[in-house]
Amino acid sequence: MGLSKEQVARYSRQLILPEIGVQGQQQLLASSALVIGAGGLGSPVALYLAAAGVGTIGIIDADAVSLSNLHRQVLHTTGAVGEPKSRSAKARLEALNPEIIVTPLQERVTAANALALFSNYDVIVDGSDNFPTRYLANDACVLSGKPLIHGGVVHFGGQVLTVVPREGACYRCVFPEPPEAGAVPNCQEAGVFGAAAGVIGTLMANEVIKVLLALGRPLVNRLLVFEGLAGHFREVSVRRNPECAVCGDNPTIREVVSLESIVCTTGQEAPWPGNK
Amino acid sequence: MAVTVRIPTPLQRLTNGQGEVQCEGKTVTELLADLERRHPGIKERICDQDGKLRRFVNVFVNEEDIRFLQGDQTAVKDGDDVSIIPAIAGG
Ligand SMILES: [Zn+2]
Repeated sequence: MGLSKEQVARYSRQLILPEIGVQGQQQLLASSALVIGAGGLGSPVALYLAAAGVGTIGIIDADAVSLSNLHRQVLHTTGAVGEPKSRSAKARLEALNPEIIVTPLQERVTAANALALFSNYDVIVDGSDNFPTRYLANDACVLSGKPLIHGGVVHFGGQVLTVVPREGACYRCVFPEPPEAGAVPNCQEAGVFGAAAGVIGTLMANEVIKVLLALGRPLVNRLLVFEGLAGHFREVSVRRNPECAVCGDNPTIREVVSLESIVCTTGQEAPWPGNK
Repeated sequence: MAVTVRIPTPLQRLTNGQGEVQCEGKTVTELLADLERRHPGIKERICDQDGKLRRFVNVFVNEEDIRFLQGDQTAVKDGDDVSIIPAIAGG
């Protein structure tokens, strides 16, 4: 199966990259990615994956677009305020690239649906905004052997890690447990700089395409940290923890379980703003 | 010379907005105690009431996770670079 004349034109500037070429493009068109969260990270990820021609993109988000999302969630427009984010994302992505399939899922990732959902995709992208979803996504990816691109952002900075189960550290190997109830007394959303979400989300898209095409050196066992105000990147080494509860030698997590929702109390200052 | 400690953005308001500060100490434990002397209130964000590192915070000495070195007894020396990196939920 070759590329159509229009596809050759659309993808010409990446087709001429020897690392991609016609074969890589066909591989992308035959690939699928599930983006968890159509927010500050999910927006740039989904836009770049759609533009590059990743053939099937699932977007899971239960929320509706609000005006306060728009400074960073560049998938959505002012006219989409009030609409489900997954539907707004589908419209925007299909306008960008009509030849891909976008599946909008207006729901949450749960312990009940994660494995079945993930089994439909080649790679999972975690652009969610809360710890329960992040740990759930990690555990489901490890248990089903799916690559996971993890990214997080707060204030002017963020971090990215690519998890290839059993080849390298998983999210739990690096951060064994989320903040315990009470450690995060205030769930009020911390500030986030839109362009910082753009930096992290774009790095995540870069990782997705590297993983799909087996290109270069993905951020496996390397946690990349971006400090936006200082204007620098740092990388720290991480590794698979033999005592990891999900990917270690004697795992205690053998099925996908929900984390108890983290209790929030008000009136106290959060020790870790942005963690909720 | 001293040890450079890199402070994650959510804690920089405890260090007057500085992303890196200089501290003294021979081990990570001593370094965190010195950090607390210079910037009161910061240690409880990093360690629990028993003084153990919180499970969602990691300390890296020269880019290596101290959990795979000697934990909070990991030695540090002048010129070393120590990063405090928390899990971040935001998206
Ligand atoms: Zn693990």
